[in-house]
Order: sequence, then C-alpha cells, then structure tokens
Amino acid sequence: MNNTLEIKNLHVSIDGQAILKDFSLSIPKGEVHALMGPNGTGKSTLAKVMAGHEDYTVESGDILLDGESILGQEPDVISHAGLFLAFQYPMEIPGVSIANFIRAARQSRLPEGEQIKAVEYYKDLYAKMDALKIDRSFTARSLNEGFSGGEKKRCEVLQMSMLDPKYCVMDETDSGLDIDALRVVADGVNLMRNQARAFLVITHYQRLLDYIVPDVVHVMYDGRIVHSGDKDLAKELEDKGYDWVKEEFTDATVGA
Amino acid sequence: MSNSNLQDEAIRVDTEKGNFSYPEDYQFDAGVGLTEETIKYISDVKDDDDWVRDFRLKALEIFKKKAMPTNWADEDLENIHFDEIRYYLSKGQVPARSWDDVPDDVKETFERLGIPEQERKFLAGVEAQFDSEASYSRMKDDLEKEGVIFVGSSEGLAKYPEIFRPYFGKVIPTSDNKFSALNSATFSGGSFIYVPKGVKLKQPLQAYFRINAENFGQFERTLIIADEGSEITYMEGCTAPKFETATLHSAVVELVALKNAKIQYITVQNWSSNVFNLVTKRGMADEGAEVKWIDCNIGSRLTMKYPGVVLKGQGARGEVLSIALANDGQHQDTGAKMMHLADNTTSNIISKSISIGEGRSTYRGQVHMPRHLKNCKNNTECDALLINTNSRTDTYPAITTRGQNNTVQHEASVSKVSAEQIFYMMQRGLSQGEAMSLAVNGFVNELMKAFPMEYSVELKRLIDMEMEGSVG
Repeated sequence: MNNTLEIKNLHVSIDGQAILKDFSLSIPKGEVHALMGPNGTGKSTLAKVMAGHEDYTVESGDILLDGESILGQEPDVISHAGLFLAFQYPMEIPGVSIANFIRAARQSRLPEGEQIKAVEYYKDLYAKMDALKIDRSFTARSLNEGFSGGEKKRCEVLQMSMLDPKYCVMDETDSGLDIDALRVVADGVNLMRNQARAFLVITHYQRLLDYIVPDVVHVMYDGRIVHSGDKDLAKELEDKGYDWVKEEFTDATVGA
Repeated sequence: MSNSNLQDEAIRVDTEKGNFSYPEDYQFDAGVGLTEETIKYISDVKDDDDWVRDFRLKALEIFKKKAMPTNWADEDLENIHFDEIRYYLSKGQVPARSWDDVPDDVKETFERLGIPEQERKFLAGVEAQFDSEASYSRMKDDLEKEGVIFVGSSEGLAKYPEIFRPYFGKVIPTSDNKFSALNSATFSGGSFIYVPKGVKLKQPLQAYFRINAENFGQFERTLIIADEGSEITYMEGCTAPKFETATLHSAVVELVALKNAKIQYITVQNWSSNVFNLVTKRGMADEGAEVKWIDCNIGSRLTMKYPGVVLKGQGARGEVLSIALANDGQHQDTGAKMMHLADNTTSNIISKSISIGEGRSTYRGQVHMPRHLKNCKNNTECDALLINTNSRTDTYPAITTRGQNNTVQHEASVSKVSAEQIFYMMQRGLSQGEAMSLAVNGFVNELMKAFPMEYSVELKRLIDMEMEGSVG
C-alpha cells in the first residue's frame, strides 16, 4: 500500500531464540502510533530489524515502506527509502562533528556529482537547532561524545528533522530525560508531524505520550501486539501497570 | 567551501591513480644485483669525485657486514632478495628545467599524478624523480636570487661541497643500520637544499618520487640545511605501480637546523602494496631550532621508519606527528626517536595508527634524556584504532629519563570501530565504506589540524580511497 508502513506477520529470532512472533502493524502517513509494553518483550528488536540490523534473522513475514519490501536491504538503503530510527542508545563517534556527520548523511542522499550547498545547509541546521534549543556551539562537538542523556536524545531528533524521513521510529526516546528535556524533544517531534509522515513511538512509560499525543496505542507482549486502542489506553496501562497485561495475555500467548 | 573545492582540484593523487607504468626505456642500467662493479658503474655514470667513490665503496662493505634486524623487526624482511634487484636506472643525469624538455612518458606520468598543476598552484619548487634520477627540477627564480640551493644529491656534492660535505652522512652515519649503509653505497637522486641565514620560505618545496620499473630499488638521498634563523617546509610524495614482484625503497634523509632555524618535513607515503619502504630519517636541531616531522604512511607492503630529532642545542624543539594506516597485507612499523642532548629541550610525539582487516601497525618510540640535563620535556601520545577483529597493533615505547628536573608524559590508547557504530552511521544513510572512512577521519581529525591545509585534504582523500577499497 502506498503511504503506509506495513509489518506483516513478522517472525524474528536471534541465535535461534524467537523474539518477534507473528508481529503485524500498519501505520498510514499522517498518524502517530505508540508501541508500549513491558521490558524484554521485543520492542527494541522490532526497531532494529526495521532498520536492517544484521544480527537478527527474519524467519518469515515482511516489512513494506509504501508497498516496497525493505527486508534484506542494507541499513543505508533503508535509510534512503525513508525510514529513520532514533536510537535508544545513540553511538558516540569521536572526532566527527555533528555538523559534518549530518552533512555527510545529507550528501549521501544526493545524486553522484552533486554537492551540498553549504550556506543553505547551515541556515537549515541552525534553524532546527534553535527550535530544539540546542546551543550552536554543539555543531563543532564530536557526535554524542560526552553528551548527557538529554543532549543525546535532542541530537537524535535534530538528525531526524534534518534528514526529513517519511517514517520515524523512535526507540525509548524518553528514557533518561528530565521533564524539561522531554518537553523540548516532544515539541521537536510535534513540529514534524504532518500528513506526509508517520511515527512509531516506542516507550515503556505513558509520560511521553502526554506531550506527543498518539492516534493509536498498541500494547506489545511476548513478541506481538496483544491489544490496541486510542490514547486513553496508555493512561489505563499507567494505572493498571504491566502486570495486568501479563495476566491478561499470557494464556492467549501460550495458546497461540 | 569553494576554497576546499579548489584544494580538491589541486591535488589529484590517490591509490589507483598511481597504478600505471610505461614501457622501460633507459640509457643507463646498472644491471641486476649488487657488487663493487655496480657501485663503480653508478659512480662512473655520475662522475663522482674520489671522496664520494670511496664513501660508496666503504658503505658497501658495511652493508655486507651488517645483519638484517630480524631479531626485532618483521621477518618479512627476509623476502627482500638483494641479488635480484636493479640498483640504477635512468634516462640521463641532468634534470630538465622545463616540463617541455622532460621525456614524453615521464612527463605524462607526472601529469597524471598532478605534479605540474600543484607546482603552479602552491609550491615554491618541485623536483620529480623517476626511478634513479630527477627528470625535472625547478625552483622559483626569486628564491635562487636569495641564495637558496635546491638540487639533486650528485649535483649538490659536486657543485657545493663546501656547503654539503660537512653535514653529509653526519646526522645519519653510514653504519647506523643495514639500510642506511645500502643507501650510502647506492644513493641517487633526492634533494640537497640549503637555505641561507634569515631566509624564510613562504611556500613549500616538494619532491615527488616515482618508481616505474619492476624489481627496482630506489635510493634517494636528501640533505636539508637551514642556516641560522631560516625557515623551510619540504614535502615529499611517492607512488609506484602494483607489480607482482617486490620493489625496494630505501632513502636516507638528514636535516640540519642551525641556531633558531625551523624545518618542517612532510611525507605522504602512498607506495603500492608490493613496496618495501625502509627509510632512515633524522634531524639535528641546534640552539633554539625546531625540527618537525609530519609523517603519513598509507601505502607499501612493509614500512619501517622512525623519524628522529637530535636536540643538540639549548632550547631546541623536536616534533613527530604521524599517521599510519595498515590495510590487509600491510605492516606499518613506525615511530619516533628523540635524543635530548642539551638543557631546556622539548620534544613532542603524537602517533595515530589505524589497522584494518589483516593489517598490522606497530609503534616504536625512543626518548633519551641523560642524567646531567635540566628542564627537558617530552610528551608522547600513541593512539591506535582497530577496524575488525583480525587487526593487530603493538606499542613499544622506550623512554629513558635520568635527570632530576626532566619531565616525561606518556599516554596510549587503543579503540575500536564497533559494528554498532557502523550500523548507527549507516542508519543515517552512509554506506559501509563512508561510515568507516568517517570514523577514521574522526580519529585523525585533531592531529590533521596541525597539518598544512593542502596535505590534510590529500590525506583525507587517500583515507577515503583506502576505506572504500577495504569493504567487501
């Protein structure tokens, strides 16, 4: 389907151990979906598989962007196809400045022989940094090196906004953030929300969803989605806790 | 930004660009193998003075007596077969002063390597050596008027013995090691430079060394004398085609910085992967003088090179900044030597090595500060970057400090480019090669800021080429 991120009956394992078990999800452009669930249920695995991480084995199923399968593609090809992953633990790249890194990432999207126009690039970069309340001195700092948790996450959102992806997957972007940083990050994401873009927001806590209000909330347990609802489902989970999910769906999983 | 594009155009040397050769056409050929006859042939062709003839023949005896340093060095040295090498090949002994007078195949070679273009853009003078002799040598006229001498080794010894003979073979004696002895016997080409008192060269002088013939040994000899208060930057580059058989490059480079003079010597070594690169480099710094080696080793099969500075006068400074990149099948065995011989002398060594795949890099350092000296300082930093698990890196720093008031600081680190870092960068759209290249550039970034702009641009291009080639 055009204008949709589709995950169809995905089975994924690592070292012979099944992690995703018949996982299906469909997110049309213009919508924000939240994926919640207890730790160790496969949320981060899903994010990495979507981005083409080679450690995981896809046993069956498919992942499609705008109707085109991205399974088996290299991570850079998937990135160029329009999928961005905001990492739970962004990597430090010593000696590579933020400005040069994002520039290289943008350059990789241009046709052979075409060069980035530096003046326009910096104008755009500074505008987006201002929106995310990132000090301009950051452009010269080594990517993520010595950054606080909040700085790393803001830097992920900065990269996301600079690369203009169609599908944004955000893996635990709220972890390690204080309330002020959480607001800034959420504002940055909300600015990017539009009819041409879809979001999958993976989170353990409901807190982030007060600021990034989702259209649909999914509850994941033991490798698949067990329950879906509107934004109120997140609040319900917050009240009842994940034990409720475990009790409610463990039998069903065993049966499946 | 347009400036950096200009630089990109100015420098066109990359690994593949050097991989071509022209059919051999030499008037002078010393044949295969090394005997007294070979040395006499070289001396006859060059019309050496008697003292130079004697110098060569004595050096040959020392070379024969000296053992290979395989007790500590790479055993790959055993694969050099001295009796299968050709020691002298040339089309003539006098370099042309205009590119128009250079033989067509040689001219085309250097044009493909971009040398005449670089000369026009930012150099004060160029010497281009093709196998044993320089085919072209030219310095800007105003420097000649100021008394700067920029000639080949034979011309330097024949025409200006009063200037060069007192220092020739004094910073690096013939018997220093087996390969300095070999060079002393067979030397040909290289640059002899004299900068008069107080003359400061604003643009660099450059030598480019090209090996065109197979089974060949190139033995250039360089001696730079910077008289009191003068300043010079010298740059050397090198390439060779990728032959099946091994090629030997064994140079001797001596630098003499007299009182308050400054010499900066920059090497971008990009030999093809069949070249044994065994080079002895040492500078002497008098009172208040500075000798700085910037040494980048990207190519070759085995490089053994430990640029040194003898800090002879009060307040002298020595520096070695080096980058070595060892790809599959390569061993970069590099380092630095600092000999403190006077009070208040300072030395600085920063070494960055990158090992990829089966590549291997070794750092060997030697810092010597005797007991009677005061206020001497050394700083040594060795950082190694490993890309994939088969790479190997070794560090052998030897620092002897004996004085009470001397300080030495040593730091070493080993880091890896992890699969997760590569995945992170690829998720942003970079190919695997681009991601590795960016990580390597990040690793050497701080150090490269100390390099002149033209060379950091070239070095970055070479690293990109190497990293693209190492994916697979």
